[in-house]
Amino acid sequence: MSILLDASTRLVVQGMTGSQGSFHTRLMREAGTQVVAGVTPGRAGASVEGLEDVPVFNTVAEATQETGANAACIFVPAAFAADAILEDAAAGLGVIVCLTEGIPVLDMLRVMPSVRAAGSHLIGPNCPGVTTPAHGVKVGVMPWAVHAPGHVGVVSRSGTLTYEVVQHLTDLGVGQTTTVGIGGDPIIGTRFIDVLSMFEADCETHGVVLLGEIGGDDEERAATYIQERMTKPVTSFIAGKTAPPERRMGHAGAIVSGTSGSATAKESALRAAGVLVGETPEHAARLLVDRLP
Amino acid sequence: MKVHECDAREVFRRHGLPVPDWRVAATAADAAQAASALGCPVVIKAQVLAGGRGKAGGVKLADSAEAAAEAATRVLSLNIGGEPVRRVLVAPAVDIARELYLGVVIDRTAQSLVLMASAEGGVDIEDVAATNPSAILRVNVDPLAGLADWEARQLGFALGLTGAQVRQFVGIAQGLVEAFVDVDASLAEVNPLVVDAGGDLQAIDAKLNIDDNALGRQREIEQLRDPHEESEAERRARAAGLSYIKLDGTIGCMVNGAGLAMATMDVIKHYGGEPANFLDVGGGAGVEKITTAFEIILEDPNVRAVLVNIFAGITRADDVAAGVIAARERLSQEIPLVVRVAGTREAEALALLEEAGIGAERSMDSAAAQVVEAVR
Repeated sequence: MSILLDASTRLVVQGMTGSQGSFHTRLMREAGTQVVAGVTPGRAGASVEGLEDVPVFNTVAEATQETGANAACIFVPAAFAADAILEDAAAGLGVIVCLTEGIPVLDMLRVMPSVRAAGSHLIGPNCPGVTTPAHGVKVGVMPWAVHAPGHVGVVSRSGTLTYEVVQHLTDLGVGQTTTVGIGGDPIIGTRFIDVLSMFEADCETHGVVLLGEIGGDDEERAATYIQERMTKPVTSFIAGKTAPPERRMGHAGAIVSGTSGSATAKESALRAAGVLVGETPEHAARLLVDRLP
Repeated sequence: MKVHECDAREVFRRHGLPVPDWRVAATAADAAQAASALGCPVVIKAQVLAGGRGKAGGVKLADSAEAAAEAATRVLSLNIGGEPVRRVLVAPAVDIARELYLGVVIDRTAQSLVLMASAEGGVDIEDVAATNPSAILRVNVDPLAGLADWEARQLGFALGLTGAQVRQFVGIAQGLVEAFVDVDASLAEVNPLVVDAGGDLQAIDAKLNIDDNALGRQREIEQLRDPHEESEAERRARAAGLSYIKLDGTIGCMVNGAGLAMATMDVIKHYGGEPANFLDVGGGAGVEKITTAFEIILEDPNVRAVLVNIFAGITRADDVAAGVIAARERLSQEIPLVVRVAGTREAEALALLEEAGIGAERSMDSAAAQVVEAVR
């Protein structure tokens, strides 16, 4: 088992005709993902190098009807990404992974009610995607080579920090059921609690690594959820202990103001909920490996 | 991006908020002239982006043009939160009966806007939130639907306003929400919103932060950027698509991804070192970007070693390796360089580095330990 994606996943890639879209679509196929369609408005029938057998459509509705796609991956630029999410939700796709960085917050506020009404799982935006190694399914840009099939769930607000921890787990001989990069923006479709509840319900997942960072209070909310609902071991690493307060660190939407949202506050909340918090990403991976049944 | 009070006033006024007249002055003489034109008494306010200017002596009252010149001289000599005061705002002093607070921010949890109001205005709202949270009233607002009349009215009555004041308040609250949406704000705040001696509401302060992701469609607002808001290095970094923040340590860092960049700083500290900067090269970094990143890092005289930590996903590790090699050729080689690359196209990247005689570390921990050792 796994969460969100499995062997039945049939993927449509929005923006597959672009250079980044085509490069990463080839990598997704190498991992084993069934990429059934590409969508670029005005480019229907186009042939993409190395992806000649993947048909390109003008609209997601057409692509879904023709190919039976049930999940989407979005590679389109920030100015058009919110619209792409709406198009996927309207087409009834169950999982929408939006990698695009830099979407204005107001656009996401306008999009979320439609996503919720459609019952779609939106992952991201500004995220690295989702992988389920046992099924050979990767949606997004995570480097496939670091993954291995196994029984640990990984959920993270960061992109590259996720790869770091997955690599450590794999090096320690521990594979993953599913790795989910939920994205670092202030408004995201799927949050820690949503993913934790899926991992708790998944019988193949035996433990979870949660990777957080400064800003917002999603880690604190996750701590409450873990304490009240979770039976499986959870370990964590929170990035940003050395970040100076009141400064925004990059595009992560990571803003520390006062004590709320600081790495220390998040670590305390998680520890109080019984989560072992690592000093480094590698330490968090080792702590979980030691606690696995 | 932060917007100066004088520019925020303009935005708020355009959306119908009752903002009293003002002038902006860069010299004492201009301030005196503004005071004469507006009519005394006036208030002289430092135009800085840093908070806490009242406590720092950046706000003064003056009851004559001469006093305004004197007050402006003093305020213009201040440095508030590391920011020299370059301009002052001159506005007629308002006879204040009550001070309220009104602000709009993003509610991450509810995934909507939230309008916050409080009868305890004129003080830091974060202090109110900490000491007396029930004094802050909140209404979640759908940015598509806006704030309904009844919602604003209900808030007005709850603040203890009466009659005509409530009607004024409805216009102000709706105007502030409209302004927020119109300019893609991340914060829009009037603190204080005052009831004057005649019983009318007036917005005598204005604070506005803009969502950086929306600046591409807010060209007019972007023109308002204070070039002094960021250092020269930060400005160059932003222009190159890098995110750079200078810190006080000795180890320069170049990392992809904000989370990993912060984790790298944390791990350097864990091994006993101090990071000299936060630098996220972002996704899809090529030769030009990497070279610019090196230049910016090495301009900091405190830097005694550089750690490159790249875990490629959307980025290609071989592009990064080519960038590191090119940058090393162009720049001084005297500073120790520790490189760790992994992920997409890792094998190709390692081959390129080996060919150029640059050793690569396998893990972030070993790379961090090595760079800390190099500055000992």
